[in-house]
Amino acid sequence: MLDHLAFSAPEPKRIAGAREDWELVIGLEVHAQVASNAKLFSGASTTFGAEPNSNVAFVDAAMPGMLPVINEFCVAQAVRTGLGLKAGINLRSAFDRKNYFYPDLPQGYQISQLYHPIVGEGEIIVDMGPGVARRVRIERIHLEQDAGKSIHDMDPNMSFVDLNRTGVALMEIVSRPDIRGPEEAAAYVAKLRQILRYLGTCDGNMQNGNLRADVNVSICRPGDYEKFIETGDASVLGTRCEIKNMNSMRFIQQAIEYEARRQIAIVEDGGKVDQETRLYDPDKGETRSMRSKEEAHDYRYFPCPDLLPLEIEQAWVDDIAATMPELPDAKKARFVKDLGLSEYDASVLTAEVENADYFEAVVAVCADGKLAANWVINELFGRLKKEGHEIGASPVSPAQLGGIVKLIKSGDISGKIAKDLFEIVYTEGGDPAEIVEARGMKQVTDLGAIETAVDEIIAANPAQVEKAKQNPKLAGWFVGQVLKASGGKANPAAVNEIVAKKLGL
Amino acid sequence: MSLNELTIAEARDALRKGDTTAAELTGACLSAIEKAGALNAFVHHTPEIAQEQAAAADQRLKAGDAPALCGIPLGIKDLFCTRGVPSQAASGILEGFRPEYESTVTRQLFASGAVMLGKLNMDEFAMGSSNETSVYGNAVNPWKVDDRLLTPGGSSGGSAAAVAGDLCLGATGTDTGGSIRQPAAFTGIVGIKPTYGRCSRWGIVAFASSLDQAGPMTKTVRDAAIMLQAMAGHDPMDSTSADIPVPDFEAALTGDIRGKKIGIPREYRMEGMPAEIEKLWADGAAMLRDAGAEIVDISLPHTKYALPAYYVVAPAEASSNLARYDGVRYGHRAALGKGDGIVEMYEKTRAEGFGKEVQRRVMIGTYVLSAGFYDAYYNRARKVRALIKRDFDEVFAAGVDAILTPATPSSAFGLGEMASADPVQMYLNDVFTVTVNLAGLPGISVPAGLDQKGLPLGLQLIGRPWAEGDLLNHAYVLEQAAGFAARPAKWWLEG
Repeated sequence: MLDHLAFSAPEPKRIAGAREDWELVIGLEVHAQVASNAKLFSGASTTFGAEPNSNVAFVDAAMPGMLPVINEFCVAQAVRTGLGLKAGINLRSAFDRKNYFYPDLPQGYQISQLYHPIVGEGEIIVDMGPGVARRVRIERIHLEQDAGKSIHDMDPNMSFVDLNRTGVALMEIVSRPDIRGPEEAAAYVAKLRQILRYLGTCDGNMQNGNLRADVNVSICRPGDYEKFIETGDASVLGTRCEIKNMNSMRFIQQAIEYEARRQIAIVEDGGKVDQETRLYDPDKGETRSMRSKEEAHDYRYFPCPDLLPLEIEQAWVDDIAATMPELPDAKKARFVKDLGLSEYDASVLTAEVENADYFEAVVAVCADGKLAANWVINELFGRLKKEGHEIGASPVSPAQLGGIVKLIKSGDISGKIAKDLFEIVYTEGGDPAEIVEARGMKQVTDLGAIETAVDEIIAANPAQVEKAKQNPKLAGWFVGQVLKASGGKANPAAVNEIVAKKLGL
Repeated sequence: MSLNELTIAEARDALRKGDTTAAELTGACLSAIEKAGALNAFVHHTPEIAQEQAAAADQRLKAGDAPALCGIPLGIKDLFCTRGVPSQAASGILEGFRPEYESTVTRQLFASGAVMLGKLNMDEFAMGSSNETSVYGNAVNPWKVDDRLLTPGGSSGGSAAAVAGDLCLGATGTDTGGSIRQPAAFTGIVGIKPTYGRCSRWGIVAFASSLDQAGPMTKTVRDAAIMLQAMAGHDPMDSTSADIPVPDFEAALTGDIRGKKIGIPREYRMEGMPAEIEKLWADGAAMLRDAGAEIVDISLPHTKYALPAYYVVAPAEASSNLARYDGVRYGHRAALGKGDGIVEMYEKTRAEGFGKEVQRRVMIGTYVLSAGFYDAYYNRARKVRALIKRDFDEVFAAGVDAILTPATPSSAFGLGEMASADPVQMYLNDVFTVTVNLAGLPGISVPAGLDQKGLPLGLQLIGRPWAEGDLLNHAYVLEQAAGFAARPAKWWLEG
């Protein structure tokens, strides 16, 4: 089985400054909410959109004497994610406390994994187009608690706090600084999201904040990055700034673009980039300083004494590995190699696992990957998109679409009739073969009948016959006339052949 | 003898025989408490709950379903969250806090029939060795020299005073660096800190999570065995609670320690140790030898680093554990001035709500965890802690069954005596006890004699991990041999 298709690395993005060209070095820390019914250390529900402060256990509210107990399912999800990113799983990890005061952090600390994360080094192949992809190394994944939500605009004098999200499990997925442009950064998040959704470990809903990214951006001169990779010496790169809490791929791209130009302008003016945390303002399209390095919090990390080190067994990890789904890269490779799809079509069909599953169910009926891909991508997706439907809400089942494709493949209907048939199935439902039979939509391949029709057209249009003999391209006019007369049911290939013969071409 | 003066074992037998009732027993304690305001041991009285529980206990007794603690009136340290009952850890910051939940330990006690008389005084957040940091004011030692009022010790000072003053038959305590054993020694009672992980910490207000353990404070070793039995056990709600079976502790009290090896650690012979402490220690060793044990000199070489390591680790954890007291969700919130924001709310709330000693430890803890100091303090202390544990491991591996030390460097001191002293002077009270917490071992304080002033002194026995039964048996032998029968005069009843 092929892991992924062959690819070559994209060129790093170059930005022309006023004086010289610059390159970007980007690393991301993605916070992905673990798909789990209960929180990381409590049994409270994680349902989004519940009444404020209704999904709160005593420990979530940091009531005195309450203690955290690890949710095994969240651990399994982190392990599954690690395996999906081809990462090492640490059989022994540990939780630390990150201490800071904020009203939406009731304990006064976040339980996280600074020193001993559960998942070690892995990688993500970030597709940038057919045959082009960036291999981005993953440094680590750790489990941690999410904070609650402070609401400052409900009252002029008070702030409100909603603890529903407090203690929900997050995976922080940290990349190496291997990303070389704004588009790559967005594509990285998209690919990560795709893998997480395939794995079922995060729903990837960015609007609800279930996937958020902190982006580290620095600039360097062409050639410096290669030096860094060779020596591991980060001092050859520029000073990085961290843009916090981005929940849209478009904003990630815009923010990096802006931030790179800001840094280039500073350096070209002879200034120095300050290491700091910044926020992106999508309305103004710019980043602004949130806090400088000097103002950075001292989080006073130390091992959480309420939790023993987390020890898991290899056999347990193996059990999870045994239930891993086929992941996007492998699926795409299989679609290309085994079903003869173009890489582009395979990418489209594997973008969401639901699409890929639908497509495979169509192929199972019609046994023609390429034709099925055309129909799924062009007809079905086009139509669904027009109506704003997700694949799950498709009125046409894979069996129905497979039936349509099968009728095309067998020559029972033409492509044109197939579109009519698709429309009927889409709006009225029903079995395609039965509809074709009942409504007389079958393609005419009776050569005698076609010959008669051709003869009639030739007899009725002597002038056209003369022209066509001079210019064989005009034979198509006769074919069109015959097809029209047959109501589209005549087999176009047969008509072509007979017209050519009769005209003596 | 009044009913409140009974031991738990005596009361249990009398109840089962029908010689008395839980209601009578509870009534005797409630009336003793009422007359003992001068001891300031109980900071919250729960007579209605007590009477209700006593009535239920009498029903169970009548029905022949009488677990060991059925109908036994106890006092509960204010550090334990008790459902619907003020639970403030003797701190102003938890003003008005009534938990919606019951700590695992008290739940287990009540499930085995115990009766709650009320909540007991303590040092604020269990930080202190004299009970003087309590927001309720200090508890008072029932023992007294002339007219001088003495500390009952701390942090479980209210528990110690209540048991020594016969206000209850037993009390819960907690011990982070000696908070059960030191007050037990100061008041002439028994107090055991079990192995870390033996009792659930769920529902106990946290001081230093890796050191805190609950334990019983009782009049006798047998009572400690009975009460610990009900308190101990695995709790899935506390990840640090051990899933290890709880043996029958009372059955372990055979009185036979022949062939056992008792270690006497030379590093505990502190410079300037009072002669009477030294004599008490030697006498204790002799008693155990007479009972057939072998006394051996042992070395615990890292002992001298224990106190400094403790006063790094404990405040570090405390600084984090106490961050939740911010005025946002429960307890005290300072009145805010115009323009005050969240930072001012935190600062004012915590400045008003926490006492000086708690503030000091939060500051120390914050400092030792801060960037640039973490390795020099916290990490080094953790390493020292590992070495201290290894010292004990090696001694036990060499065949030692228990270790005998003094419980405290002196008898109870006068209230207010330490007020102007360097805080380190107060911390020195824990010098013999903190090692046991750092190593997670069980330790018990047994009253062994009186000093020249006529005040009780205790000896400490340290046991192997999870060997509380064996440890209690050693303590039982020591208790029998010492024959400590002195009781404080009930001066608080006059006037």
